[in-house]
Amino acid sequence: MHHVTLDQWSRGASVLHRRDPRVKIAAVLMFLVVLATAHRELAWLGAALFTVLCVAARQARLPLRGALARAGVVLPFTAVFAGVSWLAGDPARGAVLVMKSYLSALAVLLLVSTTPLPALLRGFEMTGAPRFLLMVAQFLYRYLFVISEEAQHMRKAALARGATVGGLAGNAARFRAAAGALAVLFARSYGRAEEIHRAMLARSFPGYFRPLIELHLHGGDVIFLVLGVVTPVALRVLIERAA
Amino acid sequence: MHIPDGFLSTPVWAALDAAAAPVVGYVVRVAQRGFDEAKVPLLGVMGAFVFAAQMINFPVGIGTSGHLVGGALLACTLGPAAACVVMSAILAIQALVFQDGGILALGANVINMAILGVLAGYLPYHLWGRSRGRRAAIFAGGALSVAVSAVLALAELLISGVRMPAAVLGVSLALFLVSALIEGAITMTVIGALEAIQPNFVRQPAAGGRYALVAVGLAAVLLAAGGVVVASRAPDGIAQLAIQTGISGRARTLVSTPFKDYQASWLGAGWPAQAAAGLVGLALVGGVSVLIWRKR
Amino acid sequence: MSPLVLVRGLRYQYDDGTLALNGVNFRLEAGETVALLGANGSGKTTFALHLNGLLSGQGTVEVCGLPVNPKNVVEVRRKIGLVFQDSESQLFMPTVLEDVAFGPLNHGLSPKEAAQRAMAALEQVGMAAAAGKAPYHLSAGEKKRVAIAGILAVEPDILVLDEPTTFLDPPGQRALAQLLSALPQAKILITHDMQFARAMCSRAAFFRNGVIVEEGSVEQMAQRYEWDFIAPRTT
Repeated sequence: MHHVTLDQWSRGASVLHRRDPRVKIAAVLMFLVVLATAHRELAWLGAALFTVLCVAARQARLPLRGALARAGVVLPFTAVFAGVSWLAGDPARGAVLVMKSYLSALAVLLLVSTTPLPALLRGFEMTGAPRFLLMVAQFLYRYLFVISEEAQHMRKAALARGATVGGLAGNAARFRAAAGALAVLFARSYGRAEEIHRAMLARSFPGYFRPLIELHLHGGDVIFLVLGVVTPVALRVLIERAA
Repeated sequence: MHIPDGFLSTPVWAALDAAAAPVVGYVVRVAQRGFDEAKVPLLGVMGAFVFAAQMINFPVGIGTSGHLVGGALLACTLGPAAACVVMSAILAIQALVFQDGGILALGANVINMAILGVLAGYLPYHLWGRSRGRRAAIFAGGALSVAVSAVLALAELLISGVRMPAAVLGVSLALFLVSALIEGAITMTVIGALEAIQPNFVRQPAAGGRYALVAVGLAAVLLAAGGVVVASRAPDGIAQLAIQTGISGRARTLVSTPFKDYQASWLGAGWPAQAAAGLVGLALVGGVSVLIWRKR
Repeated sequence: MSPLVLVRGLRYQYDDGTLALNGVNFRLEAGETVALLGANGSGKTTFALHLNGLLSGQGTVEVCGLPVNPKNVVEVRRKIGLVFQDSESQLFMPTVLEDVAFGPLNHGLSPKEAAQRAMAALEQVGMAAAAGKAPYHLSAGEKKRVAIAGILAVEPDILVLDEPTTFLDPPGQRALAQLLSALPQAKILITHDMQFARAMCSRAAFFRNGVIVEEGSVEQMAQRYEWDFIAPRTT
């Protein structure tokens, strides 16, 4: 599964893995903005930015081919629109869509593959995202694994129950069986949440989370920040000047 | 429909990010107020539930199947503000971990699916959830939530200059309609099954007027409907409209004045014209929802 | 010396009208390990949730001489640690270390002290090497150890464990028994596992319909209430 692989990748120990999540977020945001606002010399810019990402992936000791393939998850969606643009007589725009969306996805993929998600969410606090929302996202991610497993069991149960009847009546039965399975999954998830809450109270949860690890910027982080922010801007300025 | 990065023009994603930030901040505060601190695990686990629910397929015809999207279901069970928070968290995780939807486009996706989609999905239940037409209201809510999100996304893409022949546009709208009806049916059936397990999972809609909620939900529906009309006319309709009303001219001066010539062309010439008109509407809804909701 | 836990006439009714506890009396002395036996739904877990104020019914509950009430609840939760049946619900933080440090942080320790306490507790249960791991990637037995470490990190006087052996394979059960025997705290074990109860507990209390109907040795309870697994005879 995609998220399990990324979770494993994110626990590496490379230079990029060790950077403070905040500087990585800043660098990726800068990368995305530079790419999204570019309108000239896109072929050159795309090639240059792609090279930067490949170098970063190597520095992070990620399997390059695996990373490139995984960023391809955006391509089916993009391909549809690229095709549509082509039909509408604007193939160039289609190509731009493919390039921009793929490079953006690859940049985000590198961010997530070099930063464990909880640390990443901590880092996003600096963007002003509400802490409550980020904690909800953290719990979502923690229990995604658990609830997904339960959903697999429910799916099998639903398939087994609705499988006997054929035709339209069978469809209706399977539809209701799936709804029943979802309702049970909902009830279990709800019960699970109550139990988690009890476990939190039993350990004296005061109503807010106190972080165990404080984030500190080190020298390496500052260097990375400067590099990460300057590189995409400089590349774009150079390419557009040269043209 | 999760919009990836690279699809929206700069003013569209920037404005929607700017609109989404205060709105999300606001729904978070409302959700925290209506709930005690118990809700962090509850909202997180229910988010995981919506994620996991996508594994369970609903057969809807010959060889095809759909799955739950969840906005309306969450609104009927957790309340609209909490549902907005859960859906926002889901979109954030999808964008980060699954590269499903962009980071710069997160504001657009949040506004489409987590805010306006959820509120539009809650609207019928809020209005008719206590009447005899309750089941129909739940069905309509599920359908509306998906239809509103999808059409808003489509409109944003068109405003951003993604070109689409009329035939493709028609097919897309037809597909949206089908998935909306599927979501309506799933939401209605699941809520029926939930009530059979434990009736108090499903909240009764708050009695009395929460006019703000109705206003925002209604605005979302109207906006989406407007999007359909504009979109179905011609892909260039919005740009035309902007030129006719003169917004484009003003927007262009506004944007290009602070820059030198070559810098403005950096950003591409035509975009303020295409973007301004439709954007104003979307940003307005965001702003208005914060203002009215705060008064409550 | 006053008993560690003293419960008198505890009654509790759920919102739906079910009478879960109907006058429970119970004592726990220092150094004791007591098994709570009885059918599913007889009130054992509901009883345990009263000991640290997660539920509150009528009657008196005292922990280390402190009446359990909203005023004392923080102090009580420091004295008595509850290990839930499903570790997955108990280990809610993203990493093992953060989870074990959760209690100490809530009791006002600085992040540095909390991390030290957490590491010490992880050493005690033999899980120090897993500090940086995500709980999801641990085995059931490892999860249970980490859950216990999360309780030990608060340095309680009493441990309450709800069905600790469920989800564990026999070697895991054996390791758990060794770990628990080595801990000096008084313990209350809610369990259906009679072999485990025999090995661990000096005393047993039998629950039926929301009351403790009898106390004695685990063996006495097993015989009096036929509370043991016996393979049906096949001919």
